Amino acid sequence: MSEADTLLYLDGVTVTFDGFRALNALSLYLEKGEMRAVIGPNGAGKTTMMDVITGRTRPDTGRVVFGNDTDLTKLDEPAIASLGIGRKFQKPTVFEPHTVWDNLLLALAGDRRPRFSLWARETASERRRIDEILVTTRLGDQRDRRAADLSHGQKQWLEIGMLLAQEPSLLLVDEPVAGMTDAETEQTAELLREINKTRSVVVVEHDMAFVRALDVKVTVLHEGSVLSEGTIDHVSEDPRVIEVYLGR
Amino acid sequence: MKFDRTTSLTLILVLGTALTLAALNQFTAPGSQFHVPTYVIALAGKYLSFAVLALSVGLVWGFAGILSLGHAAFFALGGYAMGMYLMRQIGTRGVYGNPELPDFMVFLGWKHLPWFWHGFEWFGFAMLMVVLVPGLLALVFGWLAFRSRVTGVYLSIITQALTYALLLAFFRNDMGFGGNNGLTDFKDLLGFSVQADSTRSALLVITAFFVCATFLVARFLVGSRFGKVLIAVRDTESRTRFLGYRPESYKLVVWVLSAVMAGIGGALYVPQVGIINPSEFSPANSIEAVIWVAVGGRGTLTGAILGAVLVNFGKTWFTGALPELWLYALGALFIFVTLLLPKGVMGLFERRAGKPEAASVAREATP
Repeated sequence: MSEADTLLYLDGVTVTFDGFRALNALSLYLEKGEMRAVIGPNGAGKTTMMDVITGRTRPDTGRVVFGNDTDLTKLDEPAIASLGIGRKFQKPTVFEPHTVWDNLLLALAGDRRPRFSLWARETASERRRIDEILVTTRLGDQRDRRAADLSHGQKQWLEIGMLLAQEPSLLLVDEPVAGMTDAETEQTAELLREINKTRSVVVVEHDMAFVRALDVKVTVLHEGSVLSEGTIDHVSEDPRVIEVYLGR
Repeated sequence: MKFDRTTSLTLILVLGTALTLAALNQFTAPGSQFHVPTYVIALAGKYLSFAVLALSVGLVWGFAGILSLGHAAFFALGGYAMGMYLMRQIGTRGVYGNPELPDFMVFLGWKHLPWFWHGFEWFGFAMLMVVLVPGLLALVFGWLAFRSRVTGVYLSIITQALTYALLLAFFRNDMGFGGNNGLTDFKDLLGFSVQADSTRSALLVITAFFVCATFLVARFLVGSRFGKVLIAVRDTESRTRFLGYRPESYKLVVWVLSAVMAGIGGALYVPQVGIINPSEFSPANSIEAVIWVAVGGRGTLTGAILGAVLVNFGKTWFTGALPELWLYALGALFIFVTLLLPKGVMGLFERRAGKPEAASVAREATP
């Protein structure tokens, strides 16, 4: 793998909370355009890894390089988001008092400064973008409903839609199908594959059926570092993986 | 800007009432049954000054989620700036007849006007200070607090500490603001006697205009995309950060604006009540302002105005009829509103009209 194809590179990242090693010299490469599934038992460090990439947590040691040479450990959340890294939370996190439309409007890539937003007016191109995302996320009929009134699955899609509106080059998605019905899970897999056509995606997931449906390279985390990596069949036959995760 | 019904009604009621009261005071004979006595004019002017403070509290609490328990500090600072101008207008008419020094300075044996009193003889300069002093204090305070991500109850507590610190400071005689007694015995405002009925009526109408102006500014702010981001920050701050917004800058803008509004309220208040002293900084005042907003309806700007007028009207009545019970009544009112009317008095209207929350449904106007 050449350097130019790497989108994200975690190099020996260690995070300790009060003596507990949440990440232990974790190293991970992600290629441009790749979709990666990250699995692992509770406490394996999946969410901490997302926190480190998005700037919420600063690692004790190690580097996180995005693109060619941007060190993410030096930046805060808004700066990292503006670089093109979007994050979906485990619990759907949308702006509940706002309509679906306004949620997407606020997420659209653009100037984030107060002096811009004070005078901003919806433009035709913004409306076109929002309409496109409403189609992609199947929320067209819900555009004028308040986000608080959406179903759990619709909120998850809205949040994914907001990430798309951000136009990131990398999407981090934390347990997107938790609490979804089977039909919704299937549609979500389809949605992520659709998104992956133009962007890189990292999915953290517990649901093995879902990971299998995604059919992508899988990284298994355990105690803060990589235990195994490969296709879903490869990792599920790995005896160490069976021992710590699948076998239980 | 297009006005919805609530906005138009608010503007008409505030201006209409003030103009009617002023006209009935000025153009009817004192014996007439339509005559409005001057003390009513002064009271109405005081309520409307408080309405400006309520708007400023309602703006940061209702739309940015910043529960300020120290907004009276900005109100009082604006009031002091106005008071300093009024003191300088007294001139030789003071008890000691000193053309340069206000009475309390002569009494303390001071020989020279302290440096920070210079300039306040000019109305324009004093009015600049009315907005600058609260604005700058808010800027420094907010910059430190929001950058360090101090939120929720911790932020409320330090706002309370801020106003308490100022209370103690202004109590000291050597601060140069009249200590315990504050500033009073005002004579003229721009050459008009502050005691005259006509000045009182004019001040009421001017205050009503400022209520409307600050209301419209606040309404513009919350109706803009800025306002939508603000509500997003209020409810889901981390999400806004991961979308690339900097919540601290949004909070700082609205916080400073709100402090400036509160300062204007204080400047309108002082000539109408005729005194400003350190008790205006007392934490209870800031908490009362929060109760006005809660009673009127948090998250609605009209509610802030309504709450300020209603609660203060109640206070005037209560402290006349049953003075010892007022604080109990206020406490009971707050509990009642919190438990049974979470959206305040405005919530009652909303329920009847069957309308959803106004803050989010309005679309941005298209160019």
